[in-house]
Amino acid sequence: MCEICGCGNGASPVRITRPGEQENHHDHDHPHSHDYPHSHGHHHDHTGDHSHDTSRQRLLRVEEDILGRNNLLASRNSGYFEAKGVVALNLMSSPGSGKTTLLEKTIIALEGKRPVVVIEGDQQTMNDADRIQRAGAPVVQVNTGNGCHLDADMIRQAVDKLDLQEDSLLFIENVGNLVCPSLFELGERNRIVIISVTEGEDKPLKYPTMFEHADTCIINKTDLLPYVNFDPELVKKYALSVNPHLHIMELSAQTGDGMEQWIGWLLDQKS
Amino acid sequence: MTNNINDRLMHELSIAISIVDSVINQAEIASADSVSEVELDIGILSGIEYESLEFALGVASKATILEKTLFRINRVEAVAECPACQHLYTPEGMFSHCPECNKQGVRIIRGGELQIKSLLVE
Repeated sequence: MCEICGCGNGASPVRITRPGEQENHHDHDHPHSHDYPHSHGHHHDHTGDHSHDTSRQRLLRVEEDILGRNNLLASRNSGYFEAKGVVALNLMSSPGSGKTTLLEKTIIALEGKRPVVVIEGDQQTMNDADRIQRAGAPVVQVNTGNGCHLDADMIRQAVDKLDLQEDSLLFIENVGNLVCPSLFELGERNRIVIISVTEGEDKPLKYPTMFEHADTCIINKTDLLPYVNFDPELVKKYALSVNPHLHIMELSAQTGDGMEQWIGWLLDQKS
Repeated sequence: MTNNINDRLMHELSIAISIVDSVINQAEIASADSVSEVELDIGILSGIEYESLEFALGVASKATILEKTLFRINRVEAVAECPACQHLYTPEGMFSHCPECNKQGVRIIRGGELQIKSLLVE
C-alpha cells in the first residue's frame, strides 16, 4: 500500500505511459497530485512555541471552491495550449460509443492536413494507445486505476511526454463514463460528447450534466440506424432541451458517412 | 470498508481528497492545531451523491488531522431563472417550464455549489 495516500488499498495507481515505454512502478504520477506542498496524513507537531488554548475556537470563513485546484491547473493547461497554438478537445461518452474508432479514422483523414496528438484515458490497459499509435499519431496512455475520470494534473503530466507541435489538435479521450468527467475541466477548448445509436435516445435526459457542459455532440454509428430502434431527431430534441447551444453532428466512423463534416469542423478550429 | 471502495465512490473520492487537502492547507495557514468542524455547501445539481461524499470524507480524512473532524454538509437547493421573463423559481429538473410565462429553458443560478464554506479551528 502506498505510504503517502493509501492508494494501493484496493485502488491501482495512475500510470502515464507511451506505447513501447517501460511501465514504471508507481512514482506518484497521481490524480490528486502530490507534487505540491500539502501535508497528507501528517500529524501536526507541537514543536512551535504557540500557546495551546483549547477554549479558543475560531471560525474561518474560507468559501473555497472544492474544484478550485483542478480548475486552476486546467486554466494553466489552457494557457499553455494557447501559447503553443494547440487546440485541445475533450472527448467523453459511455464505454463502447466508438470514441477510439472515431479517433483512428480521424487521424487517417487528417494526415498531411493538421498534426494530431492523443491522450488516451482508461482505467486499465494500453489497448487504445496501441490502436492510436498504429493509426499514426503520437499518443500517451493514462491509466487511472480505479479512477473514473481524467483530471487537469494528469493532462499536464501526459503533455510532458508529448512533443506538441504548433497548430496541433490534441484529442483527449476521457474515461468512458457519462457522469464524472463532466465535473473536471482539463484545459480543453471544446468538450465533445459522443452518443451512439445503439444507446437509448434518452441519454441526454438521464445524464443532463454531461450534455449541459458539452459544446459539441456527435451521434455515431449511424450505419446501424436501420437495425436499431433509435430516432436521431428525438435524441437531438432532448440534447437541445438540456443545452440549446449544442452543435450536433451525425456520422458513422465505421463507414465514413458524415465524416467530411466532422473533419471540416476540426480543420476550422483555431487555437 | 469494502474491497472496491472506488467502484462505489466514483468521483466523490477525488472530491473528498480535494476537500481534505484544502482544509489541511487552510488550517496550516491559520496556524490551527485542530479542526473540529468543516462546513460544506454542496448543491443538489453538483453531480455529487451526498451519502457517497460522506463515506469518502471518512476514507480521505483517515490518518490526517481531520480524522475526528465533523463534516457538516449543507444541501443547497436549486434555483433557476427564466431566460425569458427573469422569474426565479425552483426547477423540477433541467426541462422545467417557467411557472410565470410557461417558456421552457432553465438557467440554473443555484444548486451547482461545491464549496468549503467555513472551518471551526482551535
